[in-house]
Amino acid sequence: MNFEMTDDRRMLADSLSKLLGDRYGIEHRNAVAYEAPFHDKTGWNALAELGILYAFAPEDAGGMGGSGFDLLAVFEQLGAALCPEPLLGAVMAAPLLTEAKEDLEPLLSGEAIYALAVDEPEAPWDAGGGTCEGGDTLTGRKTAIYGANAATHFLVSARREGKLALYEVKAEDAAVTPWGMIDGGGAGELMLDGTPARCLIPDAGEAIDAALDRGRLALCAEAVGAMDWCYATTLDYLKSRKQFGREIGSFQALQHRMVEMKTAIEQARSITILAADRMDAHTTAMAKSLVGRTARKVSEEAIQLHGGIGMTWEYPLSHYAKRLVMLDAQLGDADFHTARVAASYA
Amino acid sequence: MDLSYSPQEQAFQEEVRAFLADELPAEIAERVKAGEEVSKEDTERWHAILQSRGWLAQTWPEDHGGPGWGPVERHIFDEEAARAYAPRILPFGLQMLGPVLIKFGSDEQKAHYLPRILDGTDWWCQGYSEPGAGSDLASLKTKAVKDGDEYVVNGQKTWTTLGQHADWIFCLVRTDAGAKPQAGISFLLIDMKTPGIEVRPIKLIEGGHEVNEVFFTDVRVPAENLVWKENDGWTVAKYLLTHERTGIAGVGFSIAAFERVKALAARTMRGGRRLIEDPLFAARLAEVEMDLEAMKIFNLRMLAEAQRVGHPGVETSMLKIRGTEVRQALNDLYRRALGPAAALIPGEAPGGNAALVAPEDEAAAASYFNNRKISIFGGSNEIQKNILTKAMLEL
Ligand SMILES: Cc1cc2nc3c(=O)[nH]c(=O)nc-3n(C[C@H](O)[C@H](O)[C@H](O)COP(=O)(O)OP(=O)(O)OC[C@H]3O[C@@H](n4cnc5c(N)ncnc54)[C@H](O)[C@@H]3O)c2cc1C
Repeated sequence: MNFEMTDDRRMLADSLSKLLGDRYGIEHRNAVAYEAPFHDKTGWNALAELGILYAFAPEDAGGMGGSGFDLLAVFEQLGAALCPEPLLGAVMAAPLLTEAKEDLEPLLSGEAIYALAVDEPEAPWDAGGGTCEGGDTLTGRKTAIYGANAATHFLVSARREGKLALYEVKAEDAAVTPWGMIDGGGAGELMLDGTPARCLIPDAGEAIDAALDRGRLALCAEAVGAMDWCYATTLDYLKSRKQFGREIGSFQALQHRMVEMKTAIEQARSITILAADRMDAHTTAMAKSLVGRTARKVSEEAIQLHGGIGMTWEYPLSHYAKRLVMLDAQLGDADFHTARVAASYA
Repeated sequence: MDLSYSPQEQAFQEEVRAFLADELPAEIAERVKAGEEVSKEDTERWHAILQSRGWLAQTWPEDHGGPGWGPVERHIFDEEAARAYAPRILPFGLQMLGPVLIKFGSDEQKAHYLPRILDGTDWWCQGYSEPGAGSDLASLKTKAVKDGDEYVVNGQKTWTTLGQHADWIFCLVRTDAGAKPQAGISFLLIDMKTPGIEVRPIKLIEGGHEVNEVFFTDVRVPAENLVWKENDGWTVAKYLLTHERTGIAGVGFSIAAFERVKALAARTMRGGRRLIEDPLFAARLAEVEMDLEAMKIFNLRMLAEAQRVGHPGVETSMLKIRGTEVRQALNDLYRRALGPAAALIPGEAPGGNAALVAPEDEAAAASYFNNRKISIFGGSNEIQKNILTKAMLEL
């Protein structure tokens, strides 16, 4: 057994970490994350130039990766730096475009920004529950589309002849309502009303589910990176903050809390590694559920152990904490995925 | 045992309900329900309405303008007010300083300050915490040096809730740097308009502004603004803290929050079913309800005991811990019930027919994040556990 990352992935992760450190310092990150369009075009271009997007697709589709471990290598770094760029859309779009035998080069080079539109207000996280209708055009409403403002292309699920089909809609043809998210980054809705669309895959149910699971794996890795950061920062704080004439880290009650936090993070990391290896629906559901639960716990603990300072906008931890909690609500929360796992027992 | 309210208490409950139905302005209740920051104007208006009924200074004795309620009446009022989405009564003048002045203040101080708290002339804020003195309050450094018949104050306070609106601040200051930490502290009343005071906003996690830093540079305070004795402010400070901690379980808020989550889950559809039919969500809600029902009785048991012996016991610390946990669990469920829609920054959602979240639910995530504070302030939950450890375990 070998849990080491390959040299290629380690190099990619290292240069990504360096780029994020240079370009997405917390002040700039916050300015980008909380102000429309919630995306920094030059930062995006730099990420693309580094070849990050090529890690999302296999070699025979023009990429240089596409495995679960490639996603891990990239998203842990994005999480550790709290990068708000809409890379999740590319992760989910890459396998769908591959399946549709589309040209991936615009996505991989960063020139086209893709966002996946499957959620509807009444059926969050449920690709099959939507009511959007497709023929030559699309009619319906899609919501919780991450990266909607930056997107140049949307991949939209819709019913067509009784099957779930996948369409491409160009941003310029669609009515997009964008908004900012409380944890930074942007999302939005599509109001489709006879909107011009191109059917890419007529029977896309399985492909969409698989793409969503890739997105979920990426989110797990992002959470692991962000949790590592929170843990390290909280530990530093416990070593430096003095109350009652000593470091608060010297109180055993707090030491035990840190040890529990670390154990929980290692559990989350472990199931994420397993999901990256297997890349199947069942393990991904387990990972997303366990990671979602842990992410909430870690963010709540990190704030609490910081006392008042952890509650402030100025202190970076508060933004990591928000991201970790809201990440649970993306692409299915812990309960949604626990139910998926439980359903397999019947 | 009889767990129901006595006939008088029931009648009182009816009276409170009727009062809230008639007198609480609907637009204010709507804003409270939507999780908006309550404005100074709304608070002042609500305080005045309560005062005209004689119900504002709920913990004050009758001869100082209080309604003459015991802990059970206060609890009934809190519960009904939270259910009706009344703004909270600002505690600083009414629940903290008022009782302190009544117990420790001079006759002149009582005659001057108490009426001004009641009629809303003075807004107070609390200057206890400092950057280096949080849980360890006695390590505070802001110092006051006697110069003729004035104190000269230098230092910094922080986390001053609503300090931006306050006319006055009650401060703990160090008047004897040589003494043991608890021994050299005094309790001082300071006019916020005095030259040398600067208030700087602190932005909180969800983006709101409710707390501030307050800087004091050579601030001259008349010596008659000292409450009780010089260097014996710790006695005053501790008395005030017992008042800060009563009612901090927030049972009323949790009852309101529970009903709200349940109602939302009954409406919200997920995967073709109502969320309340989702066994996992329903189980979580059920567990919080059990905790809440138990806590209601725990709270009433404690109130009955406090009424009997005349002061609250160490159980307040248990209630503070459990009360904040229940409230935070309900905040969590409320946010989760909204799914991805909870991630919107309040006010950024498309409105009208296309609204993704009802306006009254938009602040669910913001409130969840903001309410992480309730396990930190008023003595953090860890500090409450330390208090309980000392008082109960004899280890
Ligand atoms: C929103 C908000 C509003 C506030 N409003 C006011 C106000 O109006 N006026 C005012 O004076 N103050 C106010 N406070 C301050 C509040 O009382 C303090 O934040 C609180 O006392 C904790 O202090 P601290 O933030 O310095 O944390 P610290 O004391 O530094 O604590 C950090 C962590 O260490 C833990 N810890 C500390 N000591 C021990 C120990 N001995 N054993 C175990 N664990 C320990 C704490 O529980 C916490 O988890 C407010 C705070 C907030 C967040």
